[in-house]
Amino acid sequence: MKLELIWVIIGMGLVTYIPRMLPLVLFYTNNLHPRVQGILKNVPFAILGALIFPGVLLINPESYLYGVIGAAAAIIAAWLNFNVIVVVLSSIFVLYGYTFL
Amino acid sequence: MLPSPALPKVHTPAQWKKGLKAGLPIAIGYMPIAFTFGLLAKAAGLSLFETVGMSVIVFAGASQYIALSMIAAASGAAELILTTFIMNIRHLLMSASLNERAEDDPKWLKALYAFFITDETFSVAATSLEKKITGSYLLGLGLVAYSCWVVFSGVGYIMGSGLPPSLQASMGIALYAMFIALLVPAAKKSRKVVALAGSAAVLNSLFSFIPLLNGGWGIILSTLIAAVSIEFVMKGEERNEA
Repeated sequence: MKLELIWVIIGMGLVTYIPRMLPLVLFYTNNLHPRVQGILKNVPFAILGALIFPGVLLINPESYLYGVIGAAAAIIAAWLNFNVIVVVLSSIFVLYGYTFL
Repeated sequence: MLPSPALPKVHTPAQWKKGLKAGLPIAIGYMPIAFTFGLLAKAAGLSLFETVGMSVIVFAGASQYIALSMIAAASGAAELILTTFIMNIRHLLMSASLNERAEDDPKWLKALYAFFITDETFSVAATSLEKKITGSYLLGLGLVAYSCWVVFSGVGYIMGSGLPPSLQASMGIALYAMFIALLVPAAKKSRKVVALAGSAAVLNSLFSFIPLLNGGWGIILSTLIAAVSIEFVMKGEERNEA
């Protein structure tokens, strides 16, 4: 598999790059129906929901509670308008503390 | 489009720096994941060249992990590439969505920064408060995330032993905390954002119980269903993205 593997990796790279590139290079946004534009602008917020759940509950296979505590820390910090990096660091810090309880 | 090589005025060092800075939380989140990828790649029998090569060429976390388990299970090349494609087809949706907010840049520049689209770089860029997202910003953002991913894949491979378990476990929250930090400010201001994220979260959680939708399809389906149905239900409402 040695020599073959690098070709497989290049193949993986191609099938990953093509969907990343095609819409950006081919779409003319002015031609899209306003309804479609509205839907595309909804995508970031919908995808954030799907990226967070259920994944965050599974970060520790032994306990849901772990993800719940980390997420709660992040929600509180974000609610208080801390910037993204502070939110990330504080939830790591809270969970790091929790592992020693 | 004119064949002028000059970039529009919006491509300032300030935009580039903004992108670099916005990439920092992603870099923190990628560190443990890339590190562990390097570690597992070594265990799966890849060479250092193949491990770093995969991160350089593919740059897609989940599918690289799955590739390792498939290589370890001696799966065929076609199966591996097809699985990668299915895992990453959701980038179509992100690329199309980003195109709505992106500056009217030359095609080569769009084709270049498109390479850096991941769940994380897309989320950061698409929730940024700029009216139009510039190529300089996206390149800065992408390069920080990418270099961290590539470097730490190699570091994980060479170190060959895991991070301390307590640190490893707590750093697993990093990317989720970042997603939450990107979502909350918009959700505070807009019912529509709450509805979009909430419905996609519920759908994706339900889909995770269906083996066929585990992996790439669940995220695409739940995002599409939420984005389309909420657009019809809450037509007039704003998302307050800017």
